[in-house]
Amino acid sequence: MNTLEINEQKDTRSAEAIEISGSKAVLEALLQENVDTVFGYPGGAIMPIYDALYDYSEKLKHILVRHEQGAVHAAQGFARVSGKTGVVFATSGPGATNLVTGLADAMIDSNPLVCITGQVYASLLGTDAFQETDVINITTPVTKWNYQVTDATEIPEAIAKAFYIANTGRPGPVLIDITKNAQLQLFDYLGYKKCTHIRSYRPEPEIRKEYIEKAAQLINQAKKPFVLFGQGVILGKAEDEFKSFIEKANLPAAATVMGLSALPTDHRLHVGMLGMHGNYAPNVMTNECDVLIAVGMRFDDRVTGRLDKYAKQAKVIHLDIDPAEIDKNVKTTVPVWGDCKKTLPLLTALLKENDHSEWVEKFRELEKEEIKEVIHNELNPTTDAMTMGEVIRVLNELTNGEAIITTDVGQHQMVACRYARYNHSKSSVTSGGLGTMGFGLPAAIGAWYGAPEKTVVAIIGDGGFQMTLQELGTIMQFGAKVKILILNNEFLGMVRQWQQLFHDRRYSFVNITSPDFVAVAKGYYIEGEKISERKDLKAALEKMLSHDGAYLLEVMVGKENNVFPMVAQGTSVSEIRLK
Amino acid sequence: MQKQEFTITLYTENSVGLIGRISGIFSRRKINIESLNTSPSEVEGIHRFTIVIQENEEVVRKLCRQLEKQIDVMKAYYNTDDEIVWQEQALYKVPADVVTEKVYVERLLRQYGASTVVIRQDYIVFETAGHREEIDRLTEELNKYGLIEFVRGARIAIIKNSAGIHQKVLQFENREPSPHIVENEYLDKRDNVFTM
Repeated sequence: MNTLEINEQKDTRSAEAIEISGSKAVLEALLQENVDTVFGYPGGAIMPIYDALYDYSEKLKHILVRHEQGAVHAAQGFARVSGKTGVVFATSGPGATNLVTGLADAMIDSNPLVCITGQVYASLLGTDAFQETDVINITTPVTKWNYQVTDATEIPEAIAKAFYIANTGRPGPVLIDITKNAQLQLFDYLGYKKCTHIRSYRPEPEIRKEYIEKAAQLINQAKKPFVLFGQGVILGKAEDEFKSFIEKANLPAAATVMGLSALPTDHRLHVGMLGMHGNYAPNVMTNECDVLIAVGMRFDDRVTGRLDKYAKQAKVIHLDIDPAEIDKNVKTTVPVWGDCKKTLPLLTALLKENDHSEWVEKFRELEKEEIKEVIHNELNPTTDAMTMGEVIRVLNELTNGEAIITTDVGQHQMVACRYARYNHSKSSVTSGGLGTMGFGLPAAIGAWYGAPEKTVVAIIGDGGFQMTLQELGTIMQFGAKVKILILNNEFLGMVRQWQQLFHDRRYSFVNITSPDFVAVAKGYYIEGEKISERKDLKAALEKMLSHDGAYLLEVMVGKENNVFPMVAQGTSVSEIRLK
Repeated sequence: MQKQEFTITLYTENSVGLIGRISGIFSRRKINIESLNTSPSEVEGIHRFTIVIQENEEVVRKLCRQLEKQIDVMKAYYNTDDEIVWQEQALYKVPADVVTEKVYVERLLRQYGASTVVIRQDYIVFETAGHREEIDRLTEELNKYGLIEFVRGARIAIIKNSAGIHQKVLQFENREPSPHIVENEYLDKRDNVFTM
């Protein structure tokens, strides 16, 4: 039975069964879910699926990563940029356990993923067989749902459920573990039916009209309303609805790290980024607003600082699709449950057109202070050493906010999130919740497959790059045109900053030496350059961006630069320090 | 907010591994489960978890939201002891000679409504059911007479103000999308809004 014959029968769910293997059923399911790209790594327990994939290679692009962690981060990057579900294949045991970091990252950042792992024969389960691990129990806390298939007949329904769960409501990663016998087993395939309902799963809470009325009333009465927006706006594809909402009543809005790019950076009501290394004005003004409107964000501790001193004066309106987020961290005055694509227009319709220009101007006044104290010097330094901020400034000038920017984790991440310009939604890909070093490079590969027409720049620190640099091999083999910008300060910079500020400059094991990154890249046949002089910066970035293919640019930056402003841990957001 | 005893009732699908997913929600927050019972419910295919914990209400409310968020969990309720009818079962193994020779023990067992499960020459097994305090008191008394072995079952509970799961199941099984906007009778009754 070839793939064509199966496909011909797939749409009608013919009562006439065809006999196919569990492995083929997996791949048929993926095609039915419009999957075109899979990131993975083969191994003994998933070999039957890879064997079947041989016949599907024209329809399913498989990107062979160099480590399963790379596969899952790449799938995250793909999902974040494309808005589709990322798909991962891995084998049992070590293959599956290598997914765990990425699953945890995807779980906390609400990335829709379907990971399919091979498992030992069902008859060997629990016997400590070769490469057997209890994948279901290991991944339970880091998946939205997981399921072990031991019989091929379960495959179509299990995968249909997996896609439905991963991509509805608050998205998240799902794992399907399939035993080898189920992959090999022939069974009567009746076709594939997409899942649209699960009895015990209600992805969207009912929208309550009264709460929307109450929320509108509070906003209409507010003198100092302030909007915080998170990734929920992007996941809900509600960028336009969000813009209409804030524009109608002139509501100043600040992004969380995960909300970046949901609203163009230059929008007149965008007043910056929230949180520990966010902008001065939105942090200070959080404790001055009278109504705080949180849209699709979860009041992470990196956003709130000390909870007992967070926005105590404000009435809080929280729009979220996940009822469990309401009141989880910040007590809400009015909860607005539901998909913000639907709730925002209902709310906007009840808003009065309002002019809060005096209030918005206060943000701009504080912004001027931040520019004077921090931003100007960071972006236009007079020191010999280059700053991370100036690298981002020049990158902005060259890309005009059109690039997709992925980051790793650390100082460079916060600098990139603070200073990069975003004109389009889904153009910021970063590990926000878990803070996974090693995320940036594989995520960039996935992001490029998600939007190959775009320029994808991975901004990575010297520490994080060394965690997953083996994925240069993936770039080499599959030709992802990723621009890698390493900001090298010869330190694990963020830890060093904390040691400087909170541990009496006891720089314990943060001094990290790096290989010749350009030579390493060249070893993978990837072009590259290293610069350490300001005069070379613009030309080097231009060369990187104009190069047809992957490129690595290493920029040596100041060793002991700190990222400011900063809300120190255990302090209130209004105590944000400028230096 | 002070800690007190709460009984959490979950209605779930009958799926493999769900108990691990549920217990993980407690252990992750370092909350000890005092008692856990799983059993079929009145609706075929739907299981019922009864979980007892000592916590303050705010924590319990948040826990219930996290529990209800799980794909296989249909509904989560939490109740204080006065809102439920609850029972625990206990088995006691006592030396036969003590019971046969000391009338006082027999009286004690009658007093607590215990019934005989097994009679052997060397020991007798009694069974009783009741609130924890009653079982504890009987255990304490029997200890004085050489209680050989004792085991207590997990709590089972019926919520006084609950119509069970029948109506809910109809709602859950409904494949048509719910109306987007519904009237909310609890608008000004915040506690009720958030009661699971």
